Amino acid sequence: MLLLENVKKSYTEPDGANLPILDIPEFRVAPGEQLALMGRSGCGKTTLLHVIAGISRPDSGLVRVAGVDIARLPEHGRDRFRADNIGYIFQTFNLLPGFSALENVLLGMSFTGGRADEGRARKLLDQVGLGRRLSHKPAMLSVGEQQRVAVARAMANRPKLLLADEPTANVDTGHQQQIIDLIRAQSTEENVALILVTHTPEVSDQFTRVEQLDRLNQAVVNV
Amino acid sequence: MSLWKIAWRSIQQRALASALTGFSMALGVALIVAVLVAQKVIRDSFTRGASGYHLVVGKKGSQLQLVLNTVYHLQDPIENIPYSYYKRLITPSDDLGKNVKVAIPYCLGDNYEGFRVVGTIPDLFTKLEYADGKKYEFEEGGRNFRLKNYFEAVIGSTVAREAKLKVGDEFQPVHGLSDEGDGHKHDAFKIVGVLKPTGTANDRALFINIEGFYLLENHAKPLDEVAAAKPAAKPPADDHDHAHDHAHDKDADHDHADHKDPAHDHADHDHAKPEEAGHKDGEAAHDHEGEAQPAGGAKASAEGKAAPDEHADHDHAKHDEAEHEKAADKPPADHDHDEHAGHDHPPGEAHDHADHDHDHAEKGATDKAPADKAHDHDAHAGHDHADHDHDAHDDAGHDHADHDHAGHDHSGHSHSHEPLPEDQREVTAVLVLAKGDLYASNLRTKINEGEQAQAAAPIRVIADFFQKIVNSITVALLSLTALIIVISGIGIMVSIYNSMNDRRRDIAVMRALGASRGTVLAVILVESILLSLAGGVVGVLLGHTLVAILGPIVEGQTGVSLGFFQFDKYELVLIPGLVALASLMGYLPALSAYRTDVAKALSASP
Repeated sequence: MLLLENVKKSYTEPDGANLPILDIPEFRVAPGEQLALMGRSGCGKTTLLHVIAGISRPDSGLVRVAGVDIARLPEHGRDRFRADNIGYIFQTFNLLPGFSALENVLLGMSFTGGRADEGRARKLLDQVGLGRRLSHKPAMLSVGEQQRVAVARAMANRPKLLLADEPTANVDTGHQQQIIDLIRAQSTEENVALILVTHTPEVSDQFTRVEQLDRLNQAVVNV
Repeated sequence: MSLWKIAWRSIQQRALASALTGFSMALGVALIVAVLVAQKVIRDSFTRGASGYHLVVGKKGSQLQLVLNTVYHLQDPIENIPYSYYKRLITPSDDLGKNVKVAIPYCLGDNYEGFRVVGTIPDLFTKLEYADGKKYEFEEGGRNFRLKNYFEAVIGSTVAREAKLKVGDEFQPVHGLSDEGDGHKHDAFKIVGVLKPTGTANDRALFINIEGFYLLENHAKPLDEVAAAKPAAKPPADDHDHAHDHAHDKDADHDHADHKDPAHDHADHDHAKPEEAGHKDGEAAHDHEGEAQPAGGAKASAEGKAAPDEHADHDHAKHDEAEHEKAADKPPADHDHDEHAGHDHPPGEAHDHADHDHDHAEKGATDKAPADKAHDHDAHAGHDHADHDHDAHDDAGHDHADHDHAGHDHSGHSHSHEPLPEDQREVTAVLVLAKGDLYASNLRTKINEGEQAQAAAPIRVIADFFQKIVNSITVALLSLTALIIVISGIGIMVSIYNSMNDRRRDIAVMRALGASRGTVLAVILVESILLSLAGGVVGVLLGHTLVAILGPIVEGQTGVSLGFFQFDKYELVLIPGLVALASLMGYLPALSAYRTDVAKALSASP
């Protein structure tokens, strides 16, 4: 499903120095596999997710998602690939404030080139427990509800890989488990591979496979 | 979800800012509509006044001046042309006249409370239209003036309203073309009709009987000018003609008598006026000073004209019988002309006068014939008066006649009610409706080739005028309003651009959801297009609503009717064009969206 080989990425600091961020010799995820990725802040978690999602491009190395080396794709190709194959859940939900819950999900369907499937959008929102709040704007929803909309949105295009970047970091502990359960249930139901970034042991403990980014990432070791 | 909806949502999200920027666009567009409509109103109302006839004929000079002055009652007139030229235009056998269907003389020089007073004939309102297919009409209770009633007048609707005049009122034209004239008040004219609004400059004019006009003080051509002008103008070959004339003269005369032809009147006048003028050292037309009593005058003159000549006597008698009514129904000139049409008078002559004069001066004239050509000339040209006074054709019979007439004039009762002799008449312009467009252009060429007058096609002159001046003013105005639209466009740009900082994250999210750079660029562009378009549509509606509201007022002032759906063709090009331009202003913020660094924007804390 996912294969990273010798993926390297570094940033150029303002003083011109080269700062390595990622140096991953190998990282694999099987189809439908669910894993937790742990690591302290600044160890390149978000950068890794961006590279996997094709938002950022590695300086070198292979990033194969569902059989496609997206590091070789031009930008618009990666955009389209992302729309079709990858779901992304943000720490800060990132719902668009001007759009209703339903529209936010539909927005997720808008960039694939096909027609937005409103039936599926409603069904997804129903599954995350928001079937009656379709027309609510994000500001009218609780934090937990907002993240559930984000989950529905990430699932909208039947992705093959779901990336969740600390999805519960901004959610109160009471709702934390709900969100995790929801994400895992959705992934299981649609057989989507899941990489869930977290720094909370209570969350990572629930996963059979837990990866420490410090160990995967040579760049961190070198720091 | 379509780009339009995505863009629309983001407009909604910033409703106030969006509404304000869109409204500034709407105001700009409404302004453009207003300028275009105003321009159309000006153009239409000008063109309207210039239709209804083909040509304006007047003294050589600026065509624009002739048209502005005659058609729009603006500016000062160029000088006058001889009455004989007008007569050529109404003579079907004449080289010029054969092209003419209707010719209406205009005499200018007076005003009433700043409105132009036009001396003309009633045919103006019956034989010409004021715009294509639109005939002059009178307000209830009014009628056209009658040629026989020298001191009748018809006034335009604006004059009636602003000068508070109505049917039955009298007014005294004041010498000069504007309020600042010399202030000399003329005899009073009685208003017999008020024209319904025409939307032309004629709404702002008073129309008086041309015969009355001529009888006003200072409106006769000074005698010495008459005398000086004629010999030069007349080709020497005339001797012959004259002989011919004489032969005919008697017949002609008799005809007149029998038919009770108004031409007779003229005959009388011819004699009376010049004499009197002679007496007063060439100060023409003093006779009518003061009075206005059409009825008695002619009779009086007849009485007074005792009997130096049997012919004359006879004529007068006839004339008396004829009474004014019958006699004056036709323009005095008409008949004469017809009668003598066959005589091949060289252009520009005052035939009628000549004829009549001969009647009286027959003896002398025939006697003189072999003598001096120049003299002859004068006599025949109808300058007998002048002749007598200046040229000293000391013909006894003649002198007699002169004195008689003179005496009679002095007695005072002939005042003012005999038409001015034609050789003392001039016209400022002639409106000509030709028999067709080809005739019109034919006539125009012919007249312009000649020395005496020019002919202008008002519609062409006005189109030219618009091309040169009004259009550039319009262009300037439109440029200004276009600038307003561009500024509105910049406003939209700034508004969106300023919002970009807040929206960078949204854009990044869309990118993360799979939107391409092109897509986010399009979203912003569409947003700018929507704002411009909405502003444009609101502006057009606003502009036209304004036009519809002001329409009745404008129509009252100019006669140009305006409705909500009064679209100008430029509007259909200009507004979409400008809206498109404004939309493109969104390109800058859109470019900023295009360049958004997704990873960085997503990492930034909200």
